[in-house]
Amino acid sequence: MSTTDPTMVQVGGDTPTPAATSASSDRSSRRAAIEEAVLPPLVALLLAVVVGDILIITFGQSPGAVYRLLLEGTWGNAYGFGQVLYKATTLVFTGLAVGLGLRAGLFNIGAESQLAAGGFCAALVGLLLPAGIPALLCLPIYLLAAAIGGGAVGAVPGVLKARFGAHEVIVTIMLNFIVLALLNYLTSAKLHVPDTLHTAEIKSGALPRVSDVAAAFQGSAANATILLAVLAAFVFGWFLFRTRRGFELRAVGLQPHAAEYAGVHVGSVTWRALAMSGAIAGIGGLNYVLGYKHYYEEGFATGAGFLGIAVALVGRSHPIGICLAALLFATLSQGGLAVNALVPKQMVDVLQAVVILAVATSVPEVRRLLRGARRSGAPGSTAR
Amino acid sequence: MADTAAPPAPTPAIRLRDIVKSFGPVQANRGAELEVARGEIHALVGENGAGKSTLMRVLAGMYAPNAGTMEVEGRDVTGWTTSDAIAAGVGMVHQHFMLVPTLTVAENVMLGSELTRGPVLDRAAAEQAVADLSRRTGLVVPPRALVRELSVGQAQRVEILKTLYRGAKILVLDEPTAVLSPPEVQELWTVLRALRDQGGTIVLITHKLDEVIDVSETITVMRAGRTVARMTTAGTTPQAIARAMVGRDVALALDAEYTGVSPAQELGAVQALLEVRNLDVVGVGGVPVVRQASFSIAPGEILGIAGVEGNGQTELVEAIAGLRAATGTIALGGRDLGPLDVRRRGDAGLSHIPEDRHERALVLDYTVAENLILGQQHRFTQGAALDQARILEHARGLISRYDIRPPEPAIAARTLSGGNQQKIVVAREMSRDFKVLLAAQPTRGVDVGAIEFIHARLREARDQGKAVLLVSADLAEVLALSDRVAVMYGGRIVAMLPRSEATPDALGPYMTGAERAA
Repeated sequence: MSTTDPTMVQVGGDTPTPAATSASSDRSSRRAAIEEAVLPPLVALLLAVVVGDILIITFGQSPGAVYRLLLEGTWGNAYGFGQVLYKATTLVFTGLAVGLGLRAGLFNIGAESQLAAGGFCAALVGLLLPAGIPALLCLPIYLLAAAIGGGAVGAVPGVLKARFGAHEVIVTIMLNFIVLALLNYLTSAKLHVPDTLHTAEIKSGALPRVSDVAAAFQGSAANATILLAVLAAFVFGWFLFRTRRGFELRAVGLQPHAAEYAGVHVGSVTWRALAMSGAIAGIGGLNYVLGYKHYYEEGFATGAGFLGIAVALVGRSHPIGICLAALLFATLSQGGLAVNALVPKQMVDVLQAVVILAVATSVPEVRRLLRGARRSGAPGSTAR
Repeated sequence: MADTAAPPAPTPAIRLRDIVKSFGPVQANRGAELEVARGEIHALVGENGAGKSTLMRVLAGMYAPNAGTMEVEGRDVTGWTTSDAIAAGVGMVHQHFMLVPTLTVAENVMLGSELTRGPVLDRAAAEQAVADLSRRTGLVVPPRALVRELSVGQAQRVEILKTLYRGAKILVLDEPTAVLSPPEVQELWTVLRALRDQGGTIVLITHKLDEVIDVSETITVMRAGRTVARMTTAGTTPQAIARAMVGRDVALALDAEYTGVSPAQELGAVQALLEVRNLDVVGVGGVPVVRQASFSIAPGEILGIAGVEGNGQTELVEAIAGLRAATGTIALGGRDLGPLDVRRRGDAGLSHIPEDRHERALVLDYTVAENLILGQQHRFTQGAALDQARILEHARGLISRYDIRPPEPAIAARTLSGGNQQKIVVAREMSRDFKVLLAAQPTRGVDVGAIEFIHARLREARDQGKAVLLVSADLAEVLALSDRVAVMYGGRIVAMLPRSEATPDALGPYMTGAERAA
C-alpha cells in the first residue's frame, strides 16, 4: 500500500505541460472520430447489398449480373455518369440543407418544397430578364432569387419555432403541401405554356452543360451547377467549423442551454438556421432551371428534398460525407433505370430504404433528436 | 500504512481481488481490492476518476473484469451478470436515478418483477408491499405518488426501496448524497444504519470525508484505479483519508478557518459592485421563485448564499446572469444590467460559473480549447472566422496555469474527469476581464484537491477587489469562504449575517424556514 505515487494528480502546481504527448493522442482520437463517422454508412451499404442479393434471387436473376448492369449504367459510361452527377448535384444541395438544420438540432423535412420554391423563383426572375445577358452576370441574380425563394419557405417554420415553439418537423411537413400546391396553382393557372405543365423558357443565364466541353456526355443533364454544389459544400464546411456563427450554431444543436449561457440567442439561431437551410435547398433548384430545362416545371425534382434527409444522415452532416452520400443515392436512383430490364427498378428503392434505416438507427444526430423529444415530453423527469 | 486495519473475520460479504478493468486505452481499475465484512457500512472513497464506480459496477455484474477474482459470501462469482447479482442479493443504487417519472412509486418499485393477478397488474398488492417495506426500513414514500412529483430525496428513497424489494442484502450506493440537503442526508444515514442493524451490508461510494467519518465503519481508499489504503473509521482522521486519496497533504475546506477582515470592511463605505434591488423571478406555472431579493456586494467581498437547494438560489443567479426574465433592478458598478443580454452582461464585467456543468457550463462535445472561449467567442475572431491560432494559444496558457489534465487542448471536454471539467469552467470565467463573479455550486462533484484549488481562486478574486456571489448547498463551503452570509428560503432572503455571527447553529433555523429576519 503505497503512500506516494509519482504519477499522482498534483493540483494547483504550475507544472509545465508536456506538449509532446498531445500529438499522438490527438491522432488516435481523430482516427476514432473518423471510424465513428465512416463505419455506419459502410455497414449500411453492406447490409443493403445483402438484402439486394436476396431480392434479386427471388426475381430469378443473378445478383452479379444485376449489379454489373447497375454499375455499367451509371459509372460505366459517360452518359450514365453524367446523369449520376446531375442527380447528385441536386442531392448535395438538399443534403447540405438538411445537414445544416441537423447541426443546429433541427429536423428540416421541408427541403422538398424549399427546392421547388427556389427553382420557381429563379424561373420567375428568368422570365423577366431580357435575352442576351451573359450567364456570369445573371448568375448572382438567379442565386439570390433561388435563395430567397427557398429561404422564405425555410424561415416560416424557423420563426414559428423561435416565436411560439411550434415543432419544425410538423410545420415543414405541412408547408410542403401548401407551398407545392401554391406553386402548382401559379404555374398551371398563370404561367404555363399551353398543353404543358411548365413555364416558358428563360432567355438568358442558362449554364453550360458538361457535354459542351466533353462530347461523350452528350444527352446527359450534368451541368455547371456541379461547381456550385462543390462550392456550397466548401462554404458549408467553412461556415460550420471555422466561423463564430457556425461555432454558435453547433453549440445550439449540441446543448442549447450551454449556448444560451454563452450569450447566443437560441431563437434567432433557430430561425436563421432554418432560413439558411431553405436557401441552400432553394439554390438546388438552379440545377434544373438554369442547367437542364431552362424553365420551371411542376415536380421537376420530386423526391430530391426527402432524399436529402437520407443524404444528410448517411453523410453525417459533414460536407464531404454529404457529397459522397449524394453520389451514392444518385447512383442508386440512376442505376434503377439501368437494371429495369432484369428486376423492377423499385428494387433500388428498397436498397435506399435499407441504407437509410441502418444509418438512421446509428447516427448520433437521430439519437439526440429522439432523446430531445423524449425529454421534452416528460417535464420534471427525475432522471438527472 | 500504519492505520491499516487487520483483515476482517472469516467469509467476508464481498472480496474483490486484483480487479483490472479497462475501456480501450483507459485503465479504470488496475489491481483494485475490496473486502467488506457482513453487516457493516463500508465507505469506498477516492477522487473522481479513481475507479470507484467502475469497481462497483464490476461487483454488480454490469462490467466483466479483465482480470481478478470476485467472491460474494465466500462464493466465486467472477464475471457474473447483473441478473446473477440481483439473484444473489447484490443491489446497486446509481447516482443517476433510473425511474419512470410518469409511473407511481409502487409501479416503479415492482417494475421488472411485477405482481399480477391473472393478466392484470396487482397494484394494491404492490402498494401494500411498498408500505410494508417502508415501515420496516424507515424509507417512507407515498406509494401512490407519481415519481415525477417527488423531491430528489424521495426519488432516491424509491431507488433504494426498489433495490430492497428485489431482495438485496448487499447494497451499493453510488454518491447518494450528491443531490440531498443536509437533513435528507441525516435521514439517509438513519435508514442505512437500520438496514445494517437488520443484517444488511452497505458499500457507500463517496468523496465527502465528513460523510465517511459520520456513517462508515471501515474505509477503502482508491487512487488511480488501485486500492491504496484500508482503515477503520474509528482509528483515522479526515486528514489521513485525504492524504491517502490525493497522495499528499491538502487543506480541507472543513477545517479551513475563515480568516480576517474583508478588504471591503477595511475600505469602509464604498460603492457596491453588484447591487440587486427587489428582484422577482416567476417560475413555471406563474409560481414566484425569487421574491423581492435585495442585496449588494462590495468590491473585495464574498457574499455567500446558504440554504437548502431549490429555494430560489438557481433562479436568482440565472436572473443576474441574464438567463432568466426578472423584474427589479440589477446594477454592476452602477450600470443597470436590465436591458443587457447575456453576452453584454459578460462584456460589462460579469463572470458566471454555472451550477450545471454538463448542460450549461460546457459543450461536452467541443474541445477543451473551444470550451475555454465559450461565451467569449466574439473576442476570438478574425473577420467572420474564429482565430484558431489565438484560441489554441489561449487554451495552452490556461491549461498550464490551471493544471487542466490531460493537458491537451484538442480533445473533447467530455473525456475529462469532473474536477478537470470544472477547472475548464473556472479557468475560463476567472481569466476574462470581470468585476463580479457569480459562483454557483463551484465545487459540486469535484474531488478534494480541486476543491482546494477552486477555493483558492475564489479568495484570490476577492483579494483582487472583485465582488463574488457564492451559492453553495455545502454550508461548510459557504462558511469557509464568505465575508457575509445570506440565507435563502422560499425564494426570499430571510437572513443576512456578518461572518462573525454566521454559525451553523445560527443559520439552521433560517435554512429550515423556522425563523425570518433580514
